[in-house]
Amino acid sequence: MGLLTSIRSSISKLFAASEPRRIGIYGPPNAGKTTLANRIARDWTGDAVGPESHVPHETRRARRKENVEIKRNGSSVNIDIVDTPGVTTKVDYTEFLEHDMAEDDAIRRSREATEGVAEAMHWLREDVDGVIYVLDATTDPFTQVNTMLIGIIESQDLPVLIFANKIDLEDASVQRIRNAFPQHETVPLSALEGDNMDEVYDKIAEYFG
Amino acid sequence: MAELTTGDDGNAPLDGVQIDLISTERMEGLRTMEKIHLILDGVRDGNIVILERGLDPDEESKLIEVTMGEIQPDGDGFTGIEIETYPGGTRNESGLLGRVLGRGEQSKLTVIGPANRIETLHKDENLIRTLIRRR
Repeated sequence: MGLLTSIRSSISKLFAASEPRRIGIYGPPNAGKTTLANRIARDWTGDAVGPESHVPHETRRARRKENVEIKRNGSSVNIDIVDTPGVTTKVDYTEFLEHDMAEDDAIRRSREATEGVAEAMHWLREDVDGVIYVLDATTDPFTQVNTMLIGIIESQDLPVLIFANKIDLEDASVQRIRNAFPQHETVPLSALEGDNMDEVYDKIAEYFG
Repeated sequence: MAELTTGDDGNAPLDGVQIDLISTERMEGLRTMEKIHLILDGVRDGNIVILERGLDPDEESKLIEVTMGEIQPDGDGFTGIEIETYPGGTRNESGLLGRVLGRGEQSKLTVIGPANRIETLHKDENLIRTLIRRR
């Protein structure tokens, strides 16, 4: 290899190494993905990523927070956080009516939700370098959507961490999630209360740094 | 409509739910989008589609994406799909070793139906119990 080629290769590697990795936050609706994205973004940049809500499909477009620098043990990890809409195989606008929503608003929200899920799938196939899969620890993780999504992520050979969220709630069971996906590391946390965030950041640095 | 499938004599409509059992051989010759449209065309007609061998992860991803595009909230009442698969859990067989050994995802039986008509009542390692609603 000539000197010029060698220098060019070194420069290219240097830039590649410093480029932030895009980490997609995936999971079913209402698992707390945006709450987690906001927690991470606020802790390290001071800004939020998007609005949170108990109504499903509040996030209907993938939102990216760029250049989130997480400092751990004297070194730092630079990532882009991609908060994605909750993945599902069905969207029924009548379910939104139960949340005191007018019919027109419910229909519009449903249409946007379907577009958002499709966009999330596209990001997963094309545009993320790693995945944080967020599950609500108070609900049954043995669902077909979770199984399919984890299978899709594995088929892409993407590094993945499973976050068992909402451990502040009485019904939470982290072990149930560990049993469902024993092949992946499960990290317990409460994104809302900020519980166990030190371990969350340690694992993000370890897996995506 | 599934409940009004015409009988073999071509006259009297039959009252029931149509189940399409699709063999591995039938699916093998199809491209990804052909498989997805075969499934969704059946499901949109109100049928239950059973695949002898399920879809691969990339096809499942596209199935979700295309299904979302087919839902028209103010349209014909199609609200998406319900899907169940055996083996249901993801295990290491789907990793590199499993793929080399030919285990895991390739042999999974898959049941797909319209979300507003099919409901999984129970699922464990040995049994899927499903309720199919008549319109």
